[in-house]
Amino acid sequence: MKVALFVPCYVDQLYPQVARATLAVLEARGLTVAFPMEQTCCGQPMANAGCETDARATEERFVRTFAEYDAIVAPSGSCVHHVRHHFDQLPQTDAVRSVRARTHELCEFLLTLPDVAPPPFPFRVGVHVGCHALRGLRQGSPSELGPPQDGPMQQLLRRMPGIQLVPLDRADECCGFGGSFAVDEAAISARMGSDRVADHRRHGAEVLVSADMSCLMHLEGIIRRQATPLPVMHVAQLLNGERP
Amino acid sequence: MSSTTHARAAEAFSADAVRAAWHDQALWFVRAKRDQVTHAIPEWEALRTLASGIKAHTLSRLDTYLEEFERNAKANGVTVHWAANAAEHNRIVYDILAAHQAGTLVKSKSMLTEECQLNSYLEAQGIMIVDSDLGERIIQLGGETPSHIVMPAIHKRKAEVGALFAEHFGTSPDEDDPATLADAARGPLRAALFGADAALTGVNFAIAETGALVVCTNEGNADLGAHLAPLHIASMGIEKLIPRVADLGVFLRLLARSATGQPITAYTSHFVKPRPGASLHVVIVDNGRSEHLGRPDFREALACIRCGACLNTCPIYRRSGGHSYDATIPGPIGAILSPGIDLARHASLPFASTLCGSCGDVCPVKIDIPQQLYRWRQLVARGGHLGAPKRRRMRWLGGVLGSRRWYEFAGWMGRALLRVSAHAPWLVRRTAWGRERELPMAPRESFRDWYKRNRAA
Repeated sequence: MKVALFVPCYVDQLYPQVARATLAVLEARGLTVAFPMEQTCCGQPMANAGCETDARATEERFVRTFAEYDAIVAPSGSCVHHVRHHFDQLPQTDAVRSVRARTHELCEFLLTLPDVAPPPFPFRVGVHVGCHALRGLRQGSPSELGPPQDGPMQQLLRRMPGIQLVPLDRADECCGFGGSFAVDEAAISARMGSDRVADHRRHGAEVLVSADMSCLMHLEGIIRRQATPLPVMHVAQLLNGERP
Repeated sequence: MSSTTHARAAEAFSADAVRAAWHDQALWFVRAKRDQVTHAIPEWEALRTLASGIKAHTLSRLDTYLEEFERNAKANGVTVHWAANAAEHNRIVYDILAAHQAGTLVKSKSMLTEECQLNSYLEAQGIMIVDSDLGERIIQLGGETPSHIVMPAIHKRKAEVGALFAEHFGTSPDEDDPATLADAARGPLRAALFGADAALTGVNFAIAETGALVVCTNEGNADLGAHLAPLHIASMGIEKLIPRVADLGVFLRLLARSATGQPITAYTSHFVKPRPGASLHVVIVDNGRSEHLGRPDFREALACIRCGACLNTCPIYRRSGGHSYDATIPGPIGAILSPGIDLARHASLPFASTLCGSCGDVCPVKIDIPQQLYRWRQLVARGGHLGAPKRRRMRWLGGVLGSRRWYEFAGWMGRALLRVSAHAPWLVRRTAWGRERELPMAPRESFRDWYKRNRAA
């Protein structure tokens, strides 16, 4: 199986440690993983701002770059959601259709592989579920549809010895990042973020973990402005044996 | 009117942090109640699917069902009127009142009459109107518009209602006990109900098969009004149709549970024919709905049964208040209906969302609201309503991300700027991102640089 790593643009530029952890986790499972250098972004920043036409070149690049791979794995539910659900403006060629079908969010992809012994993580973890993974990719089930069900991220986390997932008052409310929403509606975005952080703090989380670094970028920005620190980590870093 | 209109109003609402937090909690409480009762219904998802199918079917042959409804309503002795727009609706209502020499009107909750701005029109013609729904009454006394489609005065706190009632009903200005305040409103309302020449209600469901109108309320004032006055006018949008009586149960089971977490509304009234000596009129209003029906990408929004669940679950609505939407219908459903009425005016609404998707998952008729928001965004940009700076920014960003070289250069540059900004916190705090958040700390090396150095063959 030819596996390619897709590293979202902001992860590549701002969180290289998350991309390295993702690569390490995949390689630890015996996979040979390529990182095609022609990749840039999935196109979501423009498309979600209403400018799909401006996203077209980026989306075409994505398809071109990854067409030859059997699996394209990304440490982001949001980008994968864009590829799977919003690549509609492109002519649906074989390449486009196969790239859409073969692009996977990291956690769901890991669950298809043989289990490896997870590293221990003896911390109280506040899990932030990204909305695009949860309601977009239907990873797990949101609190609207019944008692919340774990997605692949929580399933992987629960296997880690010593880990404790803290209960939250609002298990799956949006953090308020939302791409350009974060700056266009800055006041509401920040309010949503600080409400999320407060929920995690109230329940004694020692580290805030998500499978989407974009949510964490926003939440970490809010935490760092506050007096008390609270480390944030991508789930790939935990699976790679890293500690806060 | 630009893509920032909602943001400014939302910021103003949330600037009162205590009120915004209370508003969020109050509506979250309703959402939690909704979760509890809907999760207790094992066939909830099947009901949603069924309701969605019935609505899609009805909308696909709305003309036929409307005519069937008209035939059956007329056979029941109901007078049926057709209004192409708000102005026609208002004129028709006035003409009916004038023909009956009715000078006073009690009106139960109706979002359609808000949409048509009926109150101000009739008042200008000398008609005295009393809104009989307590929430609507509060709004009417305060000279405001509803901020929520089910709980119109949810933005007002008890003390504010107390102050308003002190002015109008002579209660103590410090009174904030809900029961006492409701009692104070009840007296004058009863008098209005008993003395009214006419009653106007909205319509939740109109049944084509029988010509019956179904009105769902909790306070029962719609019934009191309609049963006491010699004239009952019901105003409904063309999308309120359902084909058969048998379909009604599906919607009644969904409506109140989605709206307030009740199994059913306290009153579900079927108005079939005028009682002896009285008259019953129904005004069927288009006002842009058939135009919306002609938009294949957006028509499913007409399936909405106005439960308000998408408002209650929306993390943006809860923190920005209904008035920030500057539209008759606020919240996620309003954000996909209003652009169809006036794209330029409501250009900011599809962006008043993080596309978190919760609205779509609570919707009892399964309207894919997040997908519609996404599609409206494309039309806002295409229509030139995004605002020139943002449009330019996106074109530039698309160029950068579409090219590996530009991407790598811009990434390097961006990281350098971020590192510099770390030395100028005062500057960071003046940006939209930095007012309440720190910027990310930029590493010296991107992942791809690391990969090139360590891995590339």
